[in-house]
Amino acid sequence: MKQIIILGVGNILWADEGFGVRAVEALHERYEFPENVRLIDGGTQGLTLLPIIEDAEVLVILDAVDYGLSPGSLHLVDDDAVPYCLSAKKMSLHQTSMLDVLGLARLNGRLPARMRLIGVQPLNLENYGASVTPSVKAQIDPAVAETVAFLIGQGVVVNARPPDQQVEPLGPLCVGLAAYESGCFA
Amino acid sequence: MNFATPNGFNLDDSGRRMVVDPVTRIEGHMRCEVNLDSNNVIRNAVSSGTMWRGLEIILKGRDPRDAWAFCERICGVCTGTHALASVRTVENALGIKIPNNANIIRNLMQATLYAHDHLVHFYHLHALDWVDVVSTLKADPKATSALAQSISPWPNSSPGYFSDVQAKLQRFISSGQLGPFMNGYWGNPAYLLPPEANLMAVAHYLEALDFQREIVKIHTVFGGKNPHPNWLVGGMACAINLDGPMAAGAPVNIVQLNLVSDIIDRTIKFIDEVYLPDLTAIASFYKGWDFGGGLAGKNILSYGEFPGKANDYSNNSLLMPRGAIINGNLNEIHDVDLTDPDQVQEFVDHSWYTYPDEAKGLHPWAGVTEPNFVLGPKTIGTKTNIKQLDEDAKYSFIKAARWRGQAMEVGPLSRFTLGYAMGIAEFKDPVDRLLTNLKLPLAALFTTLGRTAARGLEASWAAHHMRRFFDQLMANLAAGDLATANTDKWDPSTWPADAKGVGFAEAPRGALGHWIHIKDAKIESYQAVVPTTWNGSPRDPSGSIGAFEAALLNTPLADPNQPLEILRTLHSFDPCLACSTHVIAPDGGELISVKVR
Repeated sequence: MKQIIILGVGNILWADEGFGVRAVEALHERYEFPENVRLIDGGTQGLTLLPIIEDAEVLVILDAVDYGLSPGSLHLVDDDAVPYCLSAKKMSLHQTSMLDVLGLARLNGRLPARMRLIGVQPLNLENYGASVTPSVKAQIDPAVAETVAFLIGQGVVVNARPPDQQVEPLGPLCVGLAAYESGCFA
Repeated sequence: MNFATPNGFNLDDSGRRMVVDPVTRIEGHMRCEVNLDSNNVIRNAVSSGTMWRGLEIILKGRDPRDAWAFCERICGVCTGTHALASVRTVENALGIKIPNNANIIRNLMQATLYAHDHLVHFYHLHALDWVDVVSTLKADPKATSALAQSISPWPNSSPGYFSDVQAKLQRFISSGQLGPFMNGYWGNPAYLLPPEANLMAVAHYLEALDFQREIVKIHTVFGGKNPHPNWLVGGMACAINLDGPMAAGAPVNIVQLNLVSDIIDRTIKFIDEVYLPDLTAIASFYKGWDFGGGLAGKNILSYGEFPGKANDYSNNSLLMPRGAIINGNLNEIHDVDLTDPDQVQEFVDHSWYTYPDEAKGLHPWAGVTEPNFVLGPKTIGTKTNIKQLDEDAKYSFIKAARWRGQAMEVGPLSRFTLGYAMGIAEFKDPVDRLLTNLKLPLAALFTTLGRTAARGLEASWAAHHMRRFFDQLMANLAAGDLATANTDKWDPSTWPADAKGVGFAEAPRGALGHWIHIKDAKIESYQAVVPTTWNGSPRDPSGSIGAFEAALLNTPLADPNQPLEILRTLHSFDPCLACSTHVIAPDGGELISVKVR
């Protein structure tokens, strides 16, 4: 069975930075996957995501992506078009982005055979303590649908969860979207 | 203008101004400006950055038992240490005692974080400030092998091994996509290593990349979730059942504990046989480059860490001591009390916040975080495009943290200096051995190189303590003590209506404090003063400068268009920036720009 990783990344505390994590949460709440598919809330982790990526044969990344498009645009790229790079000049390890992690996986010769980046153009990345903005939030459903369609194309059996199913959340409930927004000042 | 600061530094802003600025759409990064004299020596330094000024707003009104889950989202590098400080502050406020096992597991998690963070910092951020990657292509693999074997028994050291690494690098570099090594300052005269030492170090960069993935498995065993471990007010969230089955969500069992034990052995070996020998070898070529001291050895602070006894956070218990040294007097250790309103204070007269009276500092329990983004009259540029900061006015989103009014340096070097000054052998002996090896005086410790060396020594200290903590845990379990959590005061009805607490940790990069005020079972206020608040402090009302600024002074730049020496010194602090950089930019973009004006 090939290992498939669905990785949502970003900082949920910084408005649209949280898109990737919110999208993977939504995917987890609505669908069941076979054991070879793992959903990961990658948060703002840097190098600790490297083994997760290197162990994947198929990788889907959900993230806020600055392509200079209009805010809320969903943009998909595959395989070689997924950007990677690393810089020797970053100020801090805290600038270890997905770009760097992918660059390191490539350096190790362990990039996943198939990659898809599902990105949304952010509107606001600076509003600390806020949640995803409406135009970006509106792309969570389409991003979930794109992910599901991609997985079906990979031969994965994806089942919608029954509406009354109790689901163990991906992370602590208090930082899930609903609880987060209930105490959110924006 | 030429003047002396109250904390003993001479500033001269008459020379050319140089700006080192991360290129990012996202507000929230570090920026540094310096003035150079006619010999390209730094005579004035200005450091600006953003911290998490919204944390108190995010947490206000929430359940104190949930605070750790928000705090661990602040930062992807300091995940666990923020969670640790957060659960400690709630326990302190509510008088919650944790079981012995929980204390030991927390110590093990924190020591694991030190080992991982220091290793990754050294190889994957900082090494490239000392190691010229492109120069490795000129190395002789046989001579590299001889060098490696002369300093360490580490087995990957044959000429064939280094030849393979060199071929791999050649492929990378000639592919035109320099990958991890794009846009470095390769060939800069400030790189001093011979090609063979460069090749050895880059080979270990690659090995460390593989090894770091093992270390973090310890966090997964005890924290449950990967990559965000679970924490718990009152203990640790992991139950232990030695004979239990392997299953998701099942208690930690003997198979997993054996895995932890194995990883600890390999961590000790990697740090002692790869990291430390590399550090010593690199230091031997750079020992004449004695810049970057600043506040090191003068004004240093540690909150202390690793309670040897559960629930005892006094110096009788802390394996890494708490204390402050001021004015370079290593013979006098000052007590540090985080609850004393006159000790830890934050000032904002040079920060983009407003206080009712900005001549005074505020203790975090009385802390105010009200943004006030205004630019001084000497600023060049606009609010959305600052070309040059006015350091006489407000110029940073970092508040100026001070201890009894003094700017302080925090981090591994401060911790080791304190341990050294207190005459504690496990800190003093490795420092003395290293200095003797390198034939250097104690003063050499108080430099950029010394900061980097202390981090390596501390990684070894932490790795050996991982073994000690693990053995303590196993002894407790063998004696039948399986408790990992105390839930006696889990229910808010058992809490006082009004409570204040402080939780501290020594994060890998320095002193971290969280101050909480709980009212009617909800968070009334929450303030975090993080390591980079100390080290990255702007000026204060007295005109004293912070640790980054002080450390940059008097450093000559070999080439002012390539501020390698500035990055070297700033990196030596392992600065923490607000983590929000997971937005992929399609062009990969440069991460910093340099402008000389």
